Amino acid sequence: MDDRRVLTGKHFMNGDEACAEGALAAGCSFFGGYPITPSTEIAEHLARRMPEIGAVFIQMEDELASMAAILGASAAGSRSMTATSGPGLSLMLENLGLAVMLEIPCVVVDVQRGSPSTGLPTMPGQSDVMQARWGSHGDYEIVAYSPWSVQEMFDLTILAFNVADRYRTPVVMLCDEVVGHMIERLEIPPRDQIEIWNRKKPKKSNNGRYDPFKVLDPDLVPPMMHAGEDYRVHFTGLTHDEHGYPDMSAETHHELVTRLVNKINHNTEQLIRTESYWLDDAEIVVVAYGCTARSAQRAVREAREEGIPAGLLRLISIWPFPENLFQELGVKAETIIAAEMNLGQISREIQRVIGRPVQGIYHAGGEMIPPDTILEAIREAAQ
Amino acid sequence: MIGVKSAERHPLDAIIRADRMPHIWCPGCGIGIVMRCYAQAILDSGLPADQHVVVSGIGCSGRVAGYMNIDSYHTTHGRAIPFAVGIKLAKPELMTTVFSGDGDLAAIGGNHLIHAARRNVDVNVICVNNFNYGMTGGQVGPTTPRGARGTTAPYGNPELPFNLPYLLAAAGANFVARWTTIHVRQIRDDILYAFTRPGFTFIEVLAPCPVGFGKSNNIDDGLEEMELYRQRCVLVQDGDVNQDDLNIDLREETPIYIGRFADRDRPPYEAIRVVTS
Repeated sequence: MDDRRVLTGKHFMNGDEACAEGALAAGCSFFGGYPITPSTEIAEHLARRMPEIGAVFIQMEDELASMAAILGASAAGSRSMTATSGPGLSLMLENLGLAVMLEIPCVVVDVQRGSPSTGLPTMPGQSDVMQARWGSHGDYEIVAYSPWSVQEMFDLTILAFNVADRYRTPVVMLCDEVVGHMIERLEIPPRDQIEIWNRKKPKKSNNGRYDPFKVLDPDLVPPMMHAGEDYRVHFTGLTHDEHGYPDMSAETHHELVTRLVNKINHNTEQLIRTESYWLDDAEIVVVAYGCTARSAQRAVREAREEGIPAGLLRLISIWPFPENLFQELGVKAETIIAAEMNLGQISREIQRVIGRPVQGIYHAGGEMIPPDTILEAIREAAQ
Repeated sequence: MIGVKSAERHPLDAIIRADRMPHIWCPGCGIGIVMRCYAQAILDSGLPADQHVVVSGIGCSGRVAGYMNIDSYHTTHGRAIPFAVGIKLAKPELMTTVFSGDGDLAAIGGNHLIHAARRNVDVNVICVNNFNYGMTGGQVGPTTPRGARGTTAPYGNPELPFNLPYLLAAAGANFVARWTTIHVRQIRDDILYAFTRPGFTFIEVLAPCPVGFGKSNNIDDGLEEMELYRQRCVLVQDGDVNQDDLNIDLREETPIYIGRFADRDRPPYEAIRVVTS
């Protein structure tokens, strides 16, 4: 039955389906979700595929329940995922915070559409960038990846599961409707070539008392104990000590929240992914991610053909933000142009880091930013 | 000083996290009684304690997860049931129980409650109903009788309450019972029985909350509310009562019907398995 898990070979499918196949290839054995355009194909694909390989698919009553269910499944040892779009992510943020606090790994796929509110259900957007980062209450760090192709929907979903397990954290896939619905070639590698990073397992203590939240390693990630493994764990969303017990002291709270934030911030080198095109000698740098990076790539190529020293920095990971990279870029590049299908969410991040204005190409969503719009901005900057 | 010898071991020590005592509950609170029944049922179930999991939401009853010496999850307000559904479907061999309060389960978690009952997922729910939000200080909730007072209904509650056994039986639970905190044997027996029943089970236990509910409603202490239960409880044998019969009003001299209200064999939820050729 399990030989159907990884469909090694060449395929022609849409990004949502590729994301679903990536989840299966990564070992996902639990999906809880609620239908929402433009992510529904992920649930539909998994509803057909998961029963073939002994994995659990359940359609929950809403996104609140979907998020709670994947945390329960993960707490019991399953790699688990849900998929949604902006309105659903809004509801999932409650338990995204619980995932952060309990350090329960999970993958949340957000296929972004035009927002806010119901917005443009069938059309693309990139305006959940800050919601993914700050949406749940309190201080926390999130990891988010933004695929630009069907192949990356597959590849980054596997990475998302690996990062979630390795760092005991929720990981958000910030996709968009264009990448979710477009159909491209997908190559699924042989199973033994798919890298899997497992959860850290505890060493059983001798005295029967084990501290599920005690950090033993410099990466600040404690080992993960699951329900049914006889550790008698207690997980609480209250501020807790190393044993997992509630501890209502300001010191414990500060220590815990600081560790949860540093667990991501001290490991950014392992988490951040970017890609550069013609960047080495670029005086004009375009920054883009997701489907917008496809337009940006073409615009930059055409600018180069016109002799303009332009380059592209594609953000594969959105969070944590690559601050060091932008600090260098801020010194090197004359002009930084940020193209995004929102009204400047990542641009503000870049400005915060480089300390000077970014030229923004913004669109609130509904259609891709065309290459010509970006090319025109490059030409203007070159004058 | 008179020497008092305390018992070194209690039979429930293995099931309760003694290192977390004293608990947070007020004098006269009924939650501890129900927790003790649950612990006793775990001990009597014959299933190793590491095969039991408890999930709680938020509120006074939600603190039970923190006191049980089994794998225990204290989750978000209202979401204990879907969290438990995730555990159960991921590891079906685990005896998964949700222990929470009426506000957590029936108000903020009400949608999850009825859908879990409809699906008939093999999860047991123990619901302590103390007619109010106790932890936040005595606000009215989805089970507060009409006319009863709470800090958010100083002139009396204008709303009609849910009656939980009726709701759960209608939603599809395989087993539904209601007891009060004077029925310790029946609570323990029915929790034990719920462990053996496939599908969704729901046990409501009426419990005193003298500080939250009692003080606003002229019930002086936990004992007085227990006495009200003793005087008014009527055991239902066949579960055949109508919705109005199940309504509770502690201020009126009306009977409180208790017992089993559903015990049937609707097929439990099972994840689909497909064998491909």
